Amino acid sequence: MIDTGVFRQLGLAIIALASMTAPSFAFTAYVSNEKGNSVSVVDTDTMATVATIKTGERPRGIEVSRDGKFVFVAAGDDNTIQVIDTATRKIVGELPSGPDPEQFALDPAGKFLYVANEDDAAVTVIDLETRKAVAKVAVGVEPEGIVVSPDGKFVVCTSETTSMAHFIDTAERKVVANVLLGSRPRAAAFKTDGSELWITSEVGGGLSIVDPTTRKIKKLVHFDIPGLRSEKIQPVGINITRDGKLGFVHLGPSNRVAVVDGATHEVLKYLLVGQRVWHGAFTPDGKYLLAANGLSNDVSVIDVASLKVIKSIQVGELPWGVAIGSK
Amino acid sequence: MGRHAALHRSLRNLSRKPHSTAMLWHAVIFCIAVGWISMSVAAEPQRIKIGYLHGPLSKEKISLIDIPAANDGLAGAQLAIDDNNTTGRFVGQQFELIDSSIKDGDDPAAAVNALADQGIAFIATNLPAGQLLQAADAGKARGEILINAGAPDERLREQDCRANVIHVAPSRFMLADGLAQYLVLKKWRRWFLVSGSHDSDKLFAEALRHAATRFGAKIVAEKEFKDTGGARRTDSGIVEVQRQMIDLTQSAPDYDILVAADESEVFAGYLPYRTWTPRPVAGSAGLVPTTWDAAFDQWGALQLQNRFKKRFQRFMTPLDMQLWTAVRIVGEAASHANTTDAAKLFAYIKSPDFSIAAFKGQKLTLRDWNLQLRQPILLFDGRNTVSISPQEGFLHQVSELDTLGLDRPETKCKLQ
Repeated sequence: MIDTGVFRQLGLAIIALASMTAPSFAFTAYVSNEKGNSVSVVDTDTMATVATIKTGERPRGIEVSRDGKFVFVAAGDDNTIQVIDTATRKIVGELPSGPDPEQFALDPAGKFLYVANEDDAAVTVIDLETRKAVAKVAVGVEPEGIVVSPDGKFVVCTSETTSMAHFIDTAERKVVANVLLGSRPRAAAFKTDGSELWITSEVGGGLSIVDPTTRKIKKLVHFDIPGLRSEKIQPVGINITRDGKLGFVHLGPSNRVAVVDGATHEVLKYLLVGQRVWHGAFTPDGKYLLAANGLSNDVSVIDVASLKVIKSIQVGELPWGVAIGSK
Repeated sequence: MGRHAALHRSLRNLSRKPHSTAMLWHAVIFCIAVGWISMSVAAEPQRIKIGYLHGPLSKEKISLIDIPAANDGLAGAQLAIDDNNTTGRFVGQQFELIDSSIKDGDDPAAAVNALADQGIAFIATNLPAGQLLQAADAGKARGEILINAGAPDERLREQDCRANVIHVAPSRFMLADGLAQYLVLKKWRRWFLVSGSHDSDKLFAEALRHAATRFGAKIVAEKEFKDTGGARRTDSGIVEVQRQMIDLTQSAPDYDILVAADESEVFAGYLPYRTWTPRPVAGSAGLVPTTWDAAFDQWGALQLQNRFKKRFQRFMTPLDMQLWTAVRIVGEAASHANTTDAAKLFAYIKSPDFSIAAFKGQKLTLRDWNLQLRQPILLFDGRNTVSISPQEGFLHQVSELDTLGLDRPETKCKLQ
């Protein structure tokens, strides 16, 4: 007795299974190309560039909205953040970022976007619903790195010439504490549980591990690569795994990404990537880290489990940042 | 202000409702909170005054474009004060610049003492070597620390070095070495050296000869251009200059590049495109070693250029950058050492912990044997930054930056 209905049901189940599992693998990476004035769209299944979106002048900071519907990209020389519709891959709007936006951060709820205005010594707060600037907070000279704490209570912004991390209370929208850091602090990242704040110093050459409650530096990590001039080691972007066990620090012109143990803060490994690696992003499943190489016009794909660089993907001219959403 | 108003309001509320213990607690907690905040920010900021002592700016330039603005240098110092104060706002420090100018040949002692009387310990200077030494010696008894942002003379860092003088301006040897490394890398090794007749020109020529020997270039011919006086520019000058430059350059044996030593700006600016044989020019014209140029945009420099242009409506010059760096050194030390005590600040600046970021792609530190700031040298063609020295491959056991200028084993400086 063969019931075709069983087959039909089985078939449907397979299809259902396929469509259920498919989204967890299929991601789309968006890479900002600083010189190319474009965003490369990369399919993380085929690991290939599938489209290029023209943007404004000098796109750098890039993020996907929490609902995945939009990509925000800072067009620094056009003094705006452009909004790209992920479905149509067209620019559908702009955000009033203030002058020369570079890095920006979204709050966990996806309601507000915080922009570091390098030329203005300020952080601009943008309401994403109304797409209007709602506040401007004065910070140090040349604000650069910016991140929102996992609980959404604080924005941390680094200022390059002032060499500080400023803690901004998101409710009061003012600076409530400052931490002095090594020269030219660049990027900041929280562990997902909020227990640690990592900040790179591009010229100081190190990574500061800051305790967000005491707001003091609890450890300074140094990078030392045999055979390489110390001036070549310029830490920039940081990506910490969701479980907080590993941190990846992009070391700019040393052409390497350092793997740092999340618990001991020892440097475990230096991964050779492309030239002048800037910033990166994990695929949402945490399996891969994509890192943008500013001089070799490609993105290195790092396998997080094996800590190996498994592929490089050609993108546009002088890639700077990566943001990843679902397909 | 707002905080105090709120405090008054809550105290007023408190007096209206004397029985409310909750309100009382509220006020107590509020007072503690206010006290804590003012402790952490420091109600009265620490004040640091920085002096800027300088002579008149030379207006004798070959190109109209090069005639300095009245605030050349001063503007750089003022911007650094702004930057120091932005940081100072967060650590409770306030900086002020006191500008003091003297005439050529004046004894600077009175000016130094006047600055010291105002409680100033750090004085950035743009003075010729002689006046700088007079100022340093006059200030020694008062505990004054000078930051030389103008004079490139080797002797200030060598036999005539002073323990109370920091050098932010690169020396002539550093500039010449920065240029030489690039020319040697390009394999332009045969140099035709033309120098001016003034002392400073001769000193720069000496630095270029030293650099040639050090990096393996060869000076195939040398010539002097005598300054016979007269105006830099005249209405019919172009015709005469064209002939003069041919005369000056036609007898030389074959060479790769003409290297000019003309700090006095008498002739070098006339050399490019006017030489007898078609050769590039470097040194005091053509490809010029410098600390800054208005087209430089690497390593975040664009932000500084923008900030400067917004405030002063002109381009930032090398002298502006040198003064910016001098004043920022004091600010950086004050915020990191968290003190206004001059002796402590100076000790921190001289310690291995100190470094300053000045948009050169790496931290800049002081050579402990003569207090010279280590720094990359930019090579500028008048429009763009052509290259930045040290060049790849010029190695050093301590810092690649020490391939520029006289190194520790060669120094004649004994700091005292």
